[in-house]
Amino acid sequence: MFASLARRIVYTLPIMAGVALVCFLLVHLAPGDPLVSVLPPDASEDLRQQLIKLYGFDRSLPEQFLSWVWRALHGDLGTSIASGRPVAAEVYKAVGNTLMLAAVATLIGFFFGSLFGFVAGYFSGSWVDRVASLLSIVGVSVPHYWLGMVLVIIFAAQLNWLPATGAGPGGSTDWHWNWEHVQYLILPAVAKSVVPMGIIARTVRALVAEMLAQEFVVGLRAKGLTDYGVFRHIVKNVAPTALAVMGLQLGYLLGGSILIETVFAFPGTGFLLNSAIFQRDLPLLQGTILVLAMFFVLLNLVVDLVQGTLDPRISRA
Amino acid sequence: MSPTPDDPLVLVRDLRVTFTGGRAPVQAVSGVDLTVHRGEAVALIGESGSGKSVTLRALLRLHSPKRTVMEGTIRVVGQDVLALGGRALADYRGKVASMIFQEPLLALDPVYTVGKQIVESILRHENVSATDARKRALQLFERVRIPSPERRLDAYPHEMSGGMRQRAMIALALACNPQVLLADEPTTALDATVQIQILLLLRELQRELGLAIVFVTHDIGAAIEVADRIAVMYAGRIVEEGPARTLIRAPRHPYTLALLQSRAHGALAKGSRLQTIGGSPPDLAHLPQGCAFAERCRFAADACLATQPPALELAPGHQARCLRTEATAAAANAVTAMA
Repeated sequence: MFASLARRIVYTLPIMAGVALVCFLLVHLAPGDPLVSVLPPDASEDLRQQLIKLYGFDRSLPEQFLSWVWRALHGDLGTSIASGRPVAAEVYKAVGNTLMLAAVATLIGFFFGSLFGFVAGYFSGSWVDRVASLLSIVGVSVPHYWLGMVLVIIFAAQLNWLPATGAGPGGSTDWHWNWEHVQYLILPAVAKSVVPMGIIARTVRALVAEMLAQEFVVGLRAKGLTDYGVFRHIVKNVAPTALAVMGLQLGYLLGGSILIETVFAFPGTGFLLNSAIFQRDLPLLQGTILVLAMFFVLLNLVVDLVQGTLDPRISRA
Repeated sequence: MSPTPDDPLVLVRDLRVTFTGGRAPVQAVSGVDLTVHRGEAVALIGESGSGKSVTLRALLRLHSPKRTVMEGTIRVVGQDVLALGGRALADYRGKVASMIFQEPLLALDPVYTVGKQIVESILRHENVSATDARKRALQLFERVRIPSPERRLDAYPHEMSGGMRQRAMIALALACNPQVLLADEPTTALDATVQIQILLLLRELQRELGLAIVFVTHDIGAAIEVADRIAVMYAGRIVEEGPARTLIRAPRHPYTLALLQSRAHGALAKGSRLQTIGGSPPDLAHLPQGCAFAERCRFAADACLATQPPALELAPGHQARCLRTEATAAAANAVTAMA
């Protein structure tokens, strides 16, 4: 068990190295001059060269990459060109906020997705199934930024129940798990949860329908289990895949929150990425993408490990 | 009415099973009578689609209630199986009658250990502690002769060999001391040497525990090995039934004879062609008016096509649904004489 755990972790190292390389290259391949945002239009060539040297843009790409990776390993992601603050601190704050939002959204999505999926799969073909399937299709198809705006109009502008934007009175830095702060999380989390909800519902529905057709379900009934007993077996059989899908959705939500975070002005990675792109802030962009990608890799690792403990065929096969 | 020791454990009368899920209703079983006493093993044999597995599963009412219509009478240990309601039906399954499946790898839940699945079954039907249930699971594993049983209890189905899995399946089926054991092609998925071991184990358990066994197979050899009586099924009916020995030596239904002749083993001299049964079984959605086998039968006469042949009592306990038993007998004798 411990050996396989260690092996899994070692396997992720080359993946992480590859991810770092790709994210470094992508950013450098992108057109545009990173210094545009800090240099005044009439800056002298001398000042320009000085800044290029300061940020290390004069060295060869491999050199830049290695020194970037080396410093990243020590927790230093460079300095933001636009703000002059350390990238690591900015990313850290933003990742914390996004992670919180994504986790809440995934949990909402997982709860309702599993519920709809199980009900639809169990009563496959009935009207309950059709309603649940319709809801999940709507969830996947509706653009979530549009849904976000609609939610803001209804619950913030019209009903005045919840705040429309931001992350609470403490801004982006001072978060507490109390109603004063949590209320800011509700609308963006609900808007973000509909896609994972739809995907998880459809996955679980298909899995449950597939499981119910399996011979072992007949076997369970043959030994006298009631519907509830059979249901417990189905849940355990469906859980590994459902959790894997949930983990992946959490990963997507971490990275793909630019639109929602912009709609709700939520100080997360999406917001940060958005401004980094518009300001051509290379170090900030690189750092944010790297941290998000690392989260994705780690998340996959965790999903693998959890799946292995739930389904004995995976870890030992 | 309490059952007396002489009452049959399994009593099936005019069982009809119709699947209504498809375009046309399919009559998988049309009028089966079956009687099995304590300590008796009956084999249902026949080719695929003859209704043998459907009959067996009907005894536990395992067919989807939504898509199946079941008529007739099934009494198992005095209980009217077709009248049982939800909870009573679940109490009956696994406790009074239990089933061994063809492919234990598919019939066992892959994500629970075999031991847990047996314990679950015991706890479901009996008011004992989990520790006692586990002890009993261990005894069962010893009973079906699984080597290092303590360790195997914690194995998952996919970690066991085919023969071992089938032994575990038998242990599971016997967990709550049922009086009737139903076996659905218990050896089909196993290789030849393991098949014999499993069959011998079944026979041994049956004798020691006084079980009534109904088992389904298309392997006549397996049927002879275990069964006291054999019932041959064709197109949803039992076409011939009798003591195993009689049925093999003196078949009176042309289908039984044809089945026996199409065995590779023993029936033929070297160099001669293996006999087959021409044609294919009838469409169960459109059964013919007369004998369902007539179309493929070499003895068929006009009368065979007109009406359903009634069961003909040839000897005590030996009956066949055929109008041409005499012609069959003559042919059967000729074959026996040649051998």
